[in-house]
This record gives sequence, structure tokens and C-alpha cells, in this order.
Amino acid sequence: MFKLWASIKKDFRIMTRDRVGLILIFAMPILLVIVITSVQNSTFELVNANKIKMVIDNRDTGVAGRQFVEAIEKVGMFQVYFISGQRSDTALKQSMHARNALLAIVIPANFTAQVFAKAKNITSRSLKDIAVQEDSVQAPPEKMEGIRLYYHPVLQESFRRSIEGALFSSLQLVQSKQIVRNLYFALHEQTIADTLEDEIVNNQIPVTAVPVSRDGSRNIPNATQHNVPAWTIFAMFFIVISLASGVVREKRNGSFIRLKTLPTNYYLALLSKQITYVGLTFVQAAVIFMIGIWLFPHVGLPKLDLPGDIVGLFLVTLVCGCCAASYAICIGVFAETQEQANGFGAVSVVILAALGGLLVPSFAMPAAFQGIMKISPLHWCLEAYYGLFLEGGKLKDIWLNILSLLVITGLLQLLTLWGLKRKNLI
Amino acid sequence: MSDAAVYIDDLDFSYPGQSQLFISHLHLEVKAGERFGLFGPNGAGKTTLMSLMTGLRPYHAGIIRLLGKEIRPHDKSISPLFGFVPQDLSFYHELSPVENLEFFGAWSGLKRETIRRRTKELLEMLGLMDVRNKPIRQFSGGMKRRVNLAIAVIHQPRILFLDEPTVGVDIQTRHAIIEYLKKLNAQGTTLIYTSHQLAEAEELCDSVALIDEGRIIVRDGLDQLLAAHQQDGLEGLFLKLTGKAYRD
Repeated sequence: MFKLWASIKKDFRIMTRDRVGLILIFAMPILLVIVITSVQNSTFELVNANKIKMVIDNRDTGVAGRQFVEAIEKVGMFQVYFISGQRSDTALKQSMHARNALLAIVIPANFTAQVFAKAKNITSRSLKDIAVQEDSVQAPPEKMEGIRLYYHPVLQESFRRSIEGALFSSLQLVQSKQIVRNLYFALHEQTIADTLEDEIVNNQIPVTAVPVSRDGSRNIPNATQHNVPAWTIFAMFFIVISLASGVVREKRNGSFIRLKTLPTNYYLALLSKQITYVGLTFVQAAVIFMIGIWLFPHVGLPKLDLPGDIVGLFLVTLVCGCCAASYAICIGVFAETQEQANGFGAVSVVILAALGGLLVPSFAMPAAFQGIMKISPLHWCLEAYYGLFLEGGKLKDIWLNILSLLVITGLLQLLTLWGLKRKNLI
Repeated sequence: MSDAAVYIDDLDFSYPGQSQLFISHLHLEVKAGERFGLFGPNGAGKTTLMSLMTGLRPYHAGIIRLLGKEIRPHDKSISPLFGFVPQDLSFYHELSPVENLEFFGAWSGLKRETIRRRTKELLEMLGLMDVRNKPIRQFSGGMKRRVNLAIAVIHQPRILFLDEPTVGVDIQTRHAIIEYLKKLNAQGTTLIYTSHQLAEAEELCDSVALIDEGRIIVRDGLDQLLAAHQQDGLEGLFLKLTGKAYRD
């Protein structure tokens, strides 16, 4: 035990005296987490919190145009700016740019007339079908000008479709109201009461949204909850820069020759490095989590909410740290020079991060990558963290991820052992 | 053989991937308490033989015993018997002498109190007390060589292997190291020394062997060898027996 303690002390001293290595290990991931969270936060806010700016040019003076605008405002997705007068396309686009608006709609001057004509036509056809009226079918309006929607190309296809869906719903509401009024008047020869009209048009079968988080919470995912766990994992694996080159340095600077002549097995040295660097990964995780909790709210970013299962969080961090240290030691054993260790180590961690879904969500990856990503330990780390941070899961919900990480860690250690024997290092 | 510090018999060794034996049927015996010097041209097999004697490389045939115990692959039980001063500076340059001695002392199997006592003794004896807490990377070449030696003897080994222990140091440091080694030998430590510093070897060694092409050419007391070959010093003996042609 004394030998192990002496070895841990030695490794800790060497680690803390490598200031450049420490800066890389701490500063780089911290910068990454702040920068990328800030960038992604604006996208999340666009979807989750902010209203989309919309310019409305209502050229219609009738009731349908007014109702349509009211319906759009009620949707709640849009921050509406009105312009008036017959504007050219160019002027409208300039108006969008001036207000940073992503959308603009033009309601044509004869919008009310068009809606009324269409409603009258549908009413007549309906009444003819049920034989209340005969020979009174109105010819459909010859050519409908319709609503024109302008959008900024930055809007993603799926998001634009949901906006169009909201506009169609608003339009449908206006048309339905008019049809109901016409039908009611034709049947009862009096105007429909507002309450009944509202009952018919607005009282739909309710849709209840149920969140599928493991703890039933309705937390909206934000950039912090996504990025802090992801870049914490990246930071943990980035210890490869310090640890792998430390192993190479030990092999090459002569101290390893002396270690081989001493009555202690080199495995103890590797165990000591494993323990020291797992400790370091805990410090990294604690620092990055604290930044998420304490610093982020002061710089306008959402605060990090720690998962409810702290034991689960501790265990996942421990297993991720073990896997990261095993990976770094494995690289150190096989690399011949510090340049090899640093170069391959850093690049491979970025590749494994990309494969693992840290840079692009795993569900968005091509089908071919869905299988490959499973070889990346960072994928399993991320899944385990997301299970806790985003889905509100507990240890029982993420045990498969932990098991996969343990298997990868075991394989890495076997590979290290094989490398040590092959190179006659033990 | 019973009082041999080192006993080597019929030793064969070849480097991986090479069919030709680098060391063939080598026999060597060094008595306990000797100050033995192993010399030879570059590539003669000095460092290889030192690696075999310290268990750093496995040998293929024959036997090597240190104080009667056979060296076997991956057998660390023999390690406490000897200390090794490699030609390369073998310690952690980021650490201080005290921190290095603490670590290597623990790995040599010493207890905390013994490490503390031996560290103090060695730092005083080798003139490193004033710089004991400074990182070694700031040290001169001579100071680094003294640290290299101190680490090798912290566990008071009965045999000390020295591979070029004074390379690149000034006269004062060389003198201090040689005096310290003589003192260690007087206390019973067997010295197995190899170097290209033949004048230094004459001062330190009482028996020598010349190795060339993986074979021991001569082995005897220094005075006896010089007399037998009618030479004034080791350099003349060396050139007479190994020739003047380049070897590397």
C-alpha cells in the first residue's frame, strides 16, 4: 500500500507541475463548453423561448383579414409587426431585414371577399346535398389570390413546415367561422350566437401533451443541459494529452529502466496513474458542473440542473474517468514518442467524440454510423449522462451504458497488457 | 562459486530477430567485495551483459546468479540484492532529489522511516543537501549524476552495477563519486563497473575483464594483467588486446 501511495504522490506531483498540460486539460474544455453552449443557446431559444418575428402586410380591409391576423396572434409563436400600404416585394423584403424578421405574410386586398365567396359556395353545396336548398349552388370563385408567405432561408425545413401549419390553422379558423355562420343562417334564418359559434369552431377534442422523461418532469432541454455533460466527457478523455505523453516520457527518459530493476511490478505504476488521473477527471467534472451552475446564469446562459440521482452521477463520472484513463494509458504504451501520443491521442478523441454524438446528435447520423458509434466509449458516456441530465433517469435506467463502458475499459486494459508484454516492458 | 557476487556460466544471448548469437558461451565470475571493471570497445557487449546481469533482458541459455540466486524472467525477488546506475539519467526530472528518493525508496521496498534516514545520509554524503527540494531539471550534469547514484544505493544493495556513472561530469564530481564508491566497497558492496574512462577505472578497479565480440578476452586482477602484458596502464592493455581499428 505504501508503494502505491508513494507512486500516486509521484504521479500527482508530476501532473500538477506540468502546467501546460493542466491548462490544456482544464482551459480547453471549459472554453469549449462556454462557447458552444452560448452558440447553441440562441438556437434553443429560437425554438423554445423566443417568438419568431413576422411582418404582416394586411391589404384587406374586411372582417376576414382582421380575424386572420387575430388568429395568428393567438397562436403565440409570432411577434407581429404591421406594415401598411401596397408595398412592392423589394420593399417588403427590406422591411423584413430592417426588423430582423424571419417571416412576412401578405394578406391580399380581396381576402375577405375570397373567404366569403368560398364559404358561400361550400354552404350552398352542403345544403344541396341535404336537399334544403335547390338550384342555389354558387359557382366557386374563379381565381383565388391567396396568402403569400415570405421566409428567411435560415429557417430549417421542418421548422418552416410547422410555421406553415400554424398559418393554415389560422386560415382554417377564419374560413370555418364563415361557413358555420352561413349554414346557421340558411337553416335558422337568424344570426348564430357568438357562444355557439365559438363552441362549434373552437371546441375541439383536447390533445394532452405528456412528457416522456424518466422522472415525468417537463424540463425543456436547453443548451446547458446538452453541452455541459457532453464537453465534460470530452474534457475527461482529453487527459490523453497529459497521461499518454507521461507514460511515453517514463518509457523513454530512463526512469522506466530503473523501475524494471526494482522489486515492484510495473502494473502498480499503471494503477497509480489510473487512480491519479481518475481523480483529475473528477476535478474536471466538478469544475465544469460548477461553471454550469454558478457562472452560466451570470453570462445569460441557462443554469445547469444536476440530476436527482447524485449516486448515479458519481458512478457514471467514475466509470467515464476510468475508461478515459485506460484509453490514455493504452495510447501511451503503444506510442513511441510524445509527439505520436499527443497527435494520435488528441485527434482520436475528437473522432471518437464525433462518432459518439458529442458534435452531432447520434440520431441525426447516417445509418452506417449508427453501428460504428457503439465502439466509441464517449457514446456510452454521453448516453449515460443524458439519461441522468435530460431524461431524469436513475441508475437502473442507465446500467446498460455503464456495463458497455466497463466492457470497453476492460478491453482497453487487456490491450495495454498485451502491448506491455509485446514490447517487453513487463 | 559460493562466495561469488556474480556467477555467469555458458551464457548465450541474441537480440530478437537475429539468428546469430551476440553473446556466446560466456563465463564470468566476480567475487563478493571486488571492485570489478568490465571494459571493451563500442558494441563489444558491455551494456548488453550489464542488462542481462540486472534482469533487464532475458537470456536464452546458460545461467546467471547474483549472490547464489538465479536470475529468472519476471522474478523480482532478486532485485533487492543489487542497485543499478544506468548510463541514462534514470529519475523524474520534474521532482526534487527528496521526492525521487522517496518514490524509488518505496519501490525498493523500504519503510518510510528508513527512506527518511537514508535520504538525509545520501544527500549529505553526495553534497545535495542545499538543493534537496529543487526540481532536478534545474541541476547541473554533475548534480544529476550524483542523484542518479543516490537513488541506486538508497536500499544499501550488496552489488552495485555502474554503467558509465561519471560520463559528462567535472573533475570534482568525478573525484567525489569515485571516493564515495570506494567507501561503499569498503562497507562490503561489490562494484561492477563499466566505462570508457580508463584512467578512472585504474583508480577504482582492483580486477578487470575485457570483452570483445560477446566474449571475455581476459579476466584477472588489474596489476596481474598489466604485468602479464607488460603494459603501464589500462589504455595500452586495451589497445593491445582489442586493436586500433574503429568498431562502430
